[in-house]
Amino acid sequence: MTNVTAKPARRPAGRRAGGTQPSGWWAVAFVAPATAGLIALYVWPFLSTLVKSFQDVPAFGPATFVGAGNYANLLGDAEVWKAFGNSALYTVIVLLGIPLAVALAALIEQAGRGRTIYRVLFFLPVVTLPVAIGMVWRFIYNGDFGLLNYVLSWFGVDGQYWVADPRFTIYAFGVVGIWMGLGINLIILGAGLQAIPKAVYEASALDGAGRIRQFFRITVPLLSPSIFFVTILTVIAALQMFDLIFIMLRSVNNTALADSKTIVYLFYEKAFVQFEQGYGAAIAIVLLIVIMIATALQFRLQKSWVFYG
Amino acid sequence: MKHTWTAALALTVAATLLTACGGTGGGSNEKVTLTYANWSEDQTPAMEQIAAEFEKQNPNVTVRIQTLPWTEYWSTLQVGVAGGTAPDAFWMLADHFREYAKGGALVDLSDTVKSAGIDMSVYPKAVSDSYTYEGKIFALPKDFDTNGIWYNKALFDAAGVPYPDDTWGWKDAQEAAKKLTDPDKGVWGIAAPIDPQGGYYNTILQAGGTILNADGTAADFAGPQAVAGLKFWTDLQAAGSSPTLKQLSDTEAVAMFESQKVAMYFSGAYWALRFSKNPDLKGKVDVAPLPQGVKRATVTSGIGNAGYAGSEHPEELKKFLAFLGGAEAAEIQAATGTVLPAYKGTQEPWLKSMPEFDLQVFIDAIDYSVPLPVAGDTAEWQGLAAQYLAPAWEGAKPVETAAKEYQDAVNQVLAKQ
Repeated sequence: MTNVTAKPARRPAGRRAGGTQPSGWWAVAFVAPATAGLIALYVWPFLSTLVKSFQDVPAFGPATFVGAGNYANLLGDAEVWKAFGNSALYTVIVLLGIPLAVALAALIEQAGRGRTIYRVLFFLPVVTLPVAIGMVWRFIYNGDFGLLNYVLSWFGVDGQYWVADPRFTIYAFGVVGIWMGLGINLIILGAGLQAIPKAVYEASALDGAGRIRQFFRITVPLLSPSIFFVTILTVIAALQMFDLIFIMLRSVNNTALADSKTIVYLFYEKAFVQFEQGYGAAIAIVLLIVIMIATALQFRLQKSWVFYG
Repeated sequence: MKHTWTAALALTVAATLLTACGGTGGGSNEKVTLTYANWSEDQTPAMEQIAAEFEKQNPNVTVRIQTLPWTEYWSTLQVGVAGGTAPDAFWMLADHFREYAKGGALVDLSDTVKSAGIDMSVYPKAVSDSYTYEGKIFALPKDFDTNGIWYNKALFDAAGVPYPDDTWGWKDAQEAAKKLTDPDKGVWGIAAPIDPQGGYYNTILQAGGTILNADGTAADFAGPQAVAGLKFWTDLQAAGSSPTLKQLSDTEAVAMFESQKVAMYFSGAYWALRFSKNPDLKGKVDVAPLPQGVKRATVTSGIGNAGYAGSEHPEELKKFLAFLGGAEAAEIQAATGTVLPAYKGTQEPWLKSMPEFDLQVFIDAIDYSVPLPVAGDTAEWQGLAAQYLAPAWEGAKPVETAAKEYQDAVNQVLAKQ
């Protein structure tokens, strides 16, 4: 942020002819509110979290410095490992939604005038309150009266207690996660698709390529930068999953909660239920590092599959 | 992480706006706004009525009622206190109280009690004691609750089982639960979730157990009486007289009771208003005393009205808290049928507000009531119960083993202080 505000001063005056004043002042003035907001809302909380992670912070009252104590405890805490495991599993499941999104985006592109309707339909979950989503899916997954088990019963399949049985909860949440992320992914991928020149398809059609072949040989490679972008976003969002657990398990005293905590839920529980803010902060920092590593890894890997034309 | 931060900040900003409206300074004629937070939609109308009455007597004060969802109440309050933007007055619970009192987050009301001539003996001792910390009073009891058997008369009639009464022992309850269960109709005799307050705390006490030792340094969940108290519930599960834990996770016990899937639900007085307002349950529900084990017992607790130590208007706040603890506020709660008020002698209107229920049961239970066990970070160790006790409820582990493991976990939390 600082170089953004500093640079303009060195730039020549604006494009407008006759501008005698350097534009630096104005730039600073215009950027200042956003910068202040960014510092107040992101930089400061981040720094205070970082500091707290090295402290023992009781609910109220003064904090004491404990060095790396929180981090040492964290490494030996089976609950933390389990929560990371749950978050990782959830992330993997949600990633399976990306091929689905690519296929759907390509199909919607074919839909011609109906496109907008499909986009709106798929986008609706994105603008729906997580609480409402949680309530609806809780009903769908209900073991006794749920919609899913009702539909399964048509095919003679015995339903399960999808969110009350810890064997299934993370998978059940994964499906909701795919559904929730689809809207945003379709928008990004849809924009990517429209940037692919029609001429490429026409040329390949002349060469005798069918629809399926076109999809795998043209659409997917040319769309790969968008797919990469969507993957990055999906991994970050999935590792931060919290609301579904909160709404579907905690607020209703679901006994599956103990086995289904995600890492962000554990953070919340430590910091805001058990009054261990220092420990919670350490979890948050570790999560940040994990997300950074996951993202860096993806940037490394993209070289082998993303095609920038 | 981001969500929590933004939520916290949004709340902080909102709280700042609210308190900012009040202006500053403590002059008694200056316009002052106090915020008063609670977690119950059901009770908000009564809280508004109480606030209006207080405003009438103190024209310079405006009271703003803030209703937060239960699931967010405690984290919001904690963030508010840490950030200096907590509501002025708010509801408190015994299991959270100690952390707040210890942290210096609450206004000391000891002097107010003296100067306003509040007689602490008008409150049930078990409740007022739970809001005293190191000899100082930090909250005045608002209401209290004891437990009873909520039961569905229609389901009892259909199964030809006589209604529960004060002669019932554990055996009677368990046998009735068995008879009332009808898998074909999807009806169970009782709901047996892992519920401390309405459930196993009471049966442990009824078996002669203590839950915590006298100075709150160790738990007793694995002793013979405690195990007997837990077995009351696991036996009901084993006999199939209750929906399974998974079913109760999908649909909460109270919802099962309201949808007439379970005939009995052991719980507190606080459901009275909700059951009374539910048209499906009209004329079908009543309440009886808990069955006795070795002896009669129920835990009791109550909400306390506490104030924020960082409030900008401490004088008005103390005045308001004294009013909330007084007879007038209690009478409003009683007359509206909202809750069972803590103030002695004001309970009559509550009894009369819902004549269809034998609410006297809850008042009679005061005689054999025991305070809800609190020690250390109660919310934390109580929160571990589901995780450790679920295997016993599901029959995957012997009760003794699960109880011992839970006891060890609780002791570990208690050792932290």
